Amino acid sequence: MLMLKCPYCGVVADETELSPGGQAHLTRFGPGASDEDFESYLFMRENPKGVHFERWRHSNGCGKWFHAARCTATLEVFGTYSAQTVEPPEEVRAAITAKRPGWSWGEFS
Amino acid sequence: MSKAVTALNRAAYDGYVRIEDAGLCGMISLRGDLSDAKVKKACKDASGQAMPKARGIVGSLDGGIGWMSPDEALVLVPYAEAPAAAARMEMTLKTAHALVVEVSDARAVFTLRGEKLREVLAKVTPADIAALPVGELHRTRVAQVAGAIWLSDETTAHLICFRSVAEYMFELLSRSAMPGAEVS
Repeated sequence: MLMLKCPYCGVVADETELSPGGQAHLTRFGPGASDEDFESYLFMRENPKGVHFERWRHSNGCGKWFHAARCTATLEVFGTYSAQTVEPPEEVRAAITAKRPGWSWGEFS
Repeated sequence: MSKAVTALNRAAYDGYVRIEDAGLCGMISLRGDLSDAKVKKACKDASGQAMPKARGIVGSLDGGIGWMSPDEALVLVPYAEAPAAAARMEMTLKTAHALVVEVSDARAVFTLRGEKLREVLAKVTPADIAALPVGELHRTRVAQVAGAIWLSDETTAHLICFRSVAEYMFELLSRSAMPGAEVS
């Protein structure tokens, strides 16, 4: 079972108390964007076996959105962090590097 | 004005833990910066309690404050006083970036009494009820619906859920507390 610690209220919630929000750190392309950018924003997603960054909402709890870094193959959680950021914080990256040296995901590594 | 009653009209079930409808409770939901002096003052004036720490709940159903999220507090007051208390809070918070709404009739409150209430709750929620300290408000999932649980002492617990699921919650807790359903 996947359990994530909500960085807002500090509760360790299990998967059934959370709502998945899909891939994290998407750059939004709206009106005025090129067709290619808009298509990639809407449809193109990372689908890694390994390190992944996701958005989750603590829906049966404090109701806040947050980010989580985890491994899709082992369900190991590297860390959770605030939604008010456009990139994973340094301590989360360090935690991933310690367990998965040489990892990369999208523009991050 | 019509007579206000709870969804379950004071229903109770005597299992190996007693489940009872806690009756009419005044509840005011506040959204805002909980560290703001005006927000703290508004909550204190209404409930007589100081703002609790994260996940904390202070006071009682007749005057208390529960920490619901980093920007949400639940103020508990006697039912009859809730509309006036909410109006006073709004006055206090007129210039603050905050939102106050009375939710007394939108929620249902249960009280659980008994030695084994942690077990009865643990059967219906994924939360680690065994490790839940007295005085901590835990918002979680209770079977299929959302609920907020806290223990005021080792043999008394309270649970708040939406009024629309009050009957479901009562049946669920009663079934969990049914004699013969003990786990330990």
